[in-house]
Parts: sequence; structure tokens; C-alpha cells
Amino acid sequence: MSVLVGYDTRLVVHGMSGSAGSFHAKQMVEYGTKVVAGMTPGKGGFKVPGLEQVPMYDTVAEAVTLAGANTSVIYVPPPAAADSILEAAAAGIDTIIAITEGIPARDMIKVKYVLDRDFPHVVLVGPNCPGVITPGQCKVGIMPGYIHKPGGVGVVSRSGTLTYEVVHQLTALGLGQSTAIGIGGDPVKGTDFIDALMLFAEDPGTSSIFMIGEIGGDSEERAAAFIKEHVKKPVAAFIGGQTAPPGKRMGHAGAIISGGKGAAADKIAALKEAGIAVSPTPAEMGKTLAKVLA
Amino acid sequence: MKIHEYQGKQLLKKYGVPVPVGIPATSVEDALAAIPKVQQDGGTDIVVVKAQIHAGGRGKGGGVKVAKTRADAEEAVKKIFGMQLITPQTGPEGKKVQRLLIEQGLAIDHEYYLGMLLDRATGKNVVMASREGGMDIEEVAEKHPEKIFRLTIDPATGWQDWQSRSLAKSLGLSGKPAQELGVFLRALTRCYDDMDCSMLEINPLVTTKDGRVLALDAKINFDDNAMFRHKELEEWRDPNEEDASELEAKKWDLSYIALEGNIGCMVNGAGLAMSTMDIIKYYGGAPANFLDVGGGATAEKVTAAFKIITSDPEVKAIFVNIFGGIMKCDTIAQGVITAVKEVGLKVPLVVRLEGTNVELGKKMLADSGLDIVAAADMADGAQKAVAAAKGSK
Repeated sequence: MSVLVGYDTRLVVHGMSGSAGSFHAKQMVEYGTKVVAGMTPGKGGFKVPGLEQVPMYDTVAEAVTLAGANTSVIYVPPPAAADSILEAAAAGIDTIIAITEGIPARDMIKVKYVLDRDFPHVVLVGPNCPGVITPGQCKVGIMPGYIHKPGGVGVVSRSGTLTYEVVHQLTALGLGQSTAIGIGGDPVKGTDFIDALMLFAEDPGTSSIFMIGEIGGDSEERAAAFIKEHVKKPVAAFIGGQTAPPGKRMGHAGAIISGGKGAAADKIAALKEAGIAVSPTPAEMGKTLAKVLA
Repeated sequence: MKIHEYQGKQLLKKYGVPVPVGIPATSVEDALAAIPKVQQDGGTDIVVVKAQIHAGGRGKGGGVKVAKTRADAEEAVKKIFGMQLITPQTGPEGKKVQRLLIEQGLAIDHEYYLGMLLDRATGKNVVMASREGGMDIEEVAEKHPEKIFRLTIDPATGWQDWQSRSLAKSLGLSGKPAQELGVFLRALTRCYDDMDCSMLEINPLVTTKDGRVLALDAKINFDDNAMFRHKELEEWRDPNEEDASELEAKKWDLSYIALEGNIGCMVNGAGLAMSTMDIIKYYGGAPANFLDVGGGATAEKVTAAFKIITSDPEVKAIFVNIFGGIMKCDTIAQGVITAVKEVGLKVPLVVRLEGTNVELGKKMLADSGLDIVAAADMADGAQKAVAAAKGSK
């Protein structure tokens, strides 16, 4: 079992003729993902080297009607990415995974607003995220596929490379993953912790959860309250940025402590208060969950 | 990206937000010459001399002086220009004042707080205002949250005039000032949206004895992601306000922040980079920097990153912590080897590689003949780097 992506995923790659899009489309095909179409405006009918078997279209609507696409992955550069997300929703795509880093907040405010208003059934993951993978079934994004292993741990994370880190640690301990979701580090995003936790809580294939948060905002605190109330499965967590100085933007637009809000200590306290095991260092994430499950 | 108060006010003025008469100066001579002009245009002898640095809390540090006469103003200019201004936000070393703003004094009736920023919980922008202006708004928010009024901006309609009227009512304004507030907010919210601001703070917003509403201070931050739409803002960068290494890193599109410690870090991914700082602290060390080389870095970029780290004289050990996804381990290895060959290696170098092409990367480092300490994992690497930094002191 899995959430968001799996055997039923039929993927259209937005920006497949670009360097990032074509590189990762090839990796996804190799992993076994059903990449049914590529999309770049003005490149309909084009053959992308190494991906000649995948038809290219000018619009997402064609990818849906002609190739049966039901999931979008966005590699479009930041100035055009918001537009591409909305095009996917309008074309009838259900799951949109936006990898693009650097989309202006003003654009994402509008995207989120329109999705909430006109396409409430559409799930957006990202932007600025590594994507979603259901090990052994389907990889949508940029994560290294080989570190994953099918199993029962649902992983949700705000950080890309820390997701790889925890997955690697879990796999080394023999703990496979049901689905790993990178929700991204941007301040305005689609799926947040609570959305992902709801999916994992209901998924029969997920037996435990690992959550990686970081400084900034209060979504970890809200997630902790949600877990306490609604999630019966074992949860372990880690919070990155415990030693980050206030007022500095640490790469992610989201990772900034401002005005005393969003400090790691508050988040860790909230998680512990909800009965969640918190890993003391990023090197012990796998072990922390293993201990809970033992 | 941050800008100075005077730049913020120029921008606000362009959008029709009322601001006091003011002239910026980058030398004592210019500042002295500005005094009589501001006195004349402002219609009063009273001027305010304000230090222009990016940190807040300037008044408390002696960087703002209200002068009643031209002689007083001249004295203030000479005193403030060039001073090492220490505020709660500058750190103990303070910041050298190299720009001043000479501004018209106003007959202030009341000081309010006004701020605009993104509410991450709803994904919408909010306007916040309070009668308790001019002071530490975070303290007000903590002790008296009911004294801060918040209005959410609907992404479909933008700021509406009824919201200005509602806010005026909450703030106890009526008549001319209430109307002026409407004009003020319409212009301010348009500026925020047009210019892709990430934070816009007017503290204080003032009403004057003659019923006007003006921005007495302006703190504006822009969304770095939207800079491709605002190339003109590049000219407003003040290199004196930015760390030289951070500027060099920006050239290479590296995310770098200088810190106080002595272990240089090179990591891919913001989350892993922050966590690498955490684990170094956990084992008793202190990171010299945050450095995220990003996902798609080339060997040249890695070389540039390595040079930036080694240019910090405080660095006593270097910890390279890579989990390759898109970033391939052999690219990192190539970049490190090139950099070490070019600039030499004066401190211990600990490398932890994992992920895409890890075996190739490790082999390249081993074959290079360089004196590199290999780490089995993140914890091992952090401990070795901490030990190395202590050993080489």
C-alpha cells in the first residue's frame, strides 16, 4: 500500500525538454515510474534524447486526454512554475508535485488560493521539494531511488537531503518505507505535515511515521497537536536548525527564526509533549524510530 | 534582500505613501549641506539625523538625534557619521555608520505600529496594526495580543477600503486622519504586492497635530525568489552591509552564511546543512558557517565554495558532508581536489560522502594523495572534525 503515488500513477513531466526535466525523467523511467507524457509549451511532437518513447505535448490537457496522465511533476523554471501548476489543475490532474525551487511567494499565494477555491480535490506537493516516492512502485521527483526499500514507515519531511539521510538510516536498519513525502521548505506550499499525517494515519500499508521538521513557522507545533489527537501509529521526529542564529535565512525560505517564533526548542517541546520520540541528532533518526518500534 | 530606511521611503513615496521630507547623505559634507534644504522644504527648523544601517534599534544606540537648530543638527551629523553604532541587532562589535538621512521634524500627535507580512498558516498576507507604536512590537504581541489588530488580504481582491475604515475605527481614528489612513494603506498594500515584499514594517506610523498620516520609519524586506522581476533593486544593495564572503557566495549562487565558530562546513541541501551545524555543536564544536552548495552544483562551484570556506582565518578544520541525490559524489570529490590543489590545505579536512556515485567519489579522493580524513557517517564525521579543530588550535 502507499499514498499519493504508486502503481496507478501515470505521470506527465512538465519541462521534460529542459536539462533537469530530461535528466530526472530518465531516472524515473529507470526506477519503473510510468512516465506517459512530457510537456513543454512549443515542444509538442519533439523527441527528447533518451526519452524518445515518451510523447511530448504543448499542453497538459493533451497529456491528459491523449496519454491518460493523472499526475504532474513540475521542473519548470521559477518564473513560469506557478502558471504550470494551475495549468495542470485546470487540465484535470489530481496530484501535482512541484520540484521547482525559487517560486516567488506572491505567485504561490495565488496558486494556493485558486486550488483551494476551484480544485479542492487536487493535491499539491511542494514547491521546492524532492518529490514523493513509494519504494518499489513509483518515484516522482529527484531523490536517489536506490537508498529506499519497500516497507511500513511513512516519511514526511520539510528538507530534501535530510529525507535521504533518514531513509538511508531506516533502510540500513531494515526498516522499509511505505511512502516518503518531501513537502518542501517554502512558506506557501501545498501539502503540509497534517495533510501528510492524515494520509499515513489512514493508509493500511503504513505502520509507523517519521517526521522531519525545521525551524520557522509553526506547522510542526500544529502537527504535534494533530498527532496527539488523531494518530494512533508510532511517530518519531527530528527538527533541523537547533543551532541556527535568529534572523538569518538558512537556504530554505521557510527556515528562518523571526521575532522569537519558530525556534527548534519550541517545536521539540511540542513534539515531546505529544508523546513523540525526538532524535537528538540527525545521525540517530533511524535508531530513534527503531527504539520506539522495539 | 534588505534595504535602508531612506531607500524604503523613496520607494514608498513613489507609490504615494506619505513620508516626511528627507535627504540621504553618504558623506559629512553632503549631510551638512542637506540640513538647510530639509529645514526649508519641511517648513521647520527641527530636523532629525538618522544613521542608516540595516539593523533595528538605532535610537537606543544613539544613532538617531532630533535637533532643534542648525548648529545642533551639524553637531549630530559629525557625531553620528562614522560612529560604530551598537544596537541589539548589530552584535557587540556594532556597525560603522556610512550613510545618514536628514529628515524633517514633525509635530507628532500619536505613534502607531503598522506591519505587513505573509501569514504562513493561511498562505495569505496580513496587515497588522496597533496603537502601541514606536516600541517593541514583539513585546506588545506577547503581553497584549488584543492590542494588535490583524486583517487578512484576500488574494482575489487585494486590500479593500472597508478594511482601512475598519482599521481606523480599531485604532481610534476618525475624521481627516481616518481618511488619510485609507489613502496611506491603499498605496502601501499596492507597493507590497507590486514589489514582491516579504515584510514591510512602518514603526512608527504617525499622526501629526495637523491631521496627517505619515511613515516615520520604513523597514522593507524583499522576497529573494522574486528578484528576477526587480532587477532595479540590485542597485540598492549596500556592500557595506553584506559580508564579503556572503557576496562572493552569491556570485556562485551558493547559500552561505558566516558564523562565529571554527569548523568550516560544506553540505548539500539546506536541511542537512543546518543539521550539520547542529551535530557539530552536539559534539562540542562550533560551525564557522552555513554553506549549502545546492543540488545541481558543478565541480567549479564546489571549488569556489571550498575557497570561500578556507578564506576564513578562523577555520581550524573543514567538514564536507554530502548526501548525493542530484548532486553526484564524484562531482564533489573533483571540486574538492581542484580547490585543494589551487589553494592548498592548511587545516584538517574531514569528508563524509554518501549517495549517488559514492564509490567513485571515495576512490577519487583516496587516489588524489591528499591528506583527507574519511568519515563513515555523519556522526563520525562531526566527531572527527570537532577533534581536529581542537587539535590544530
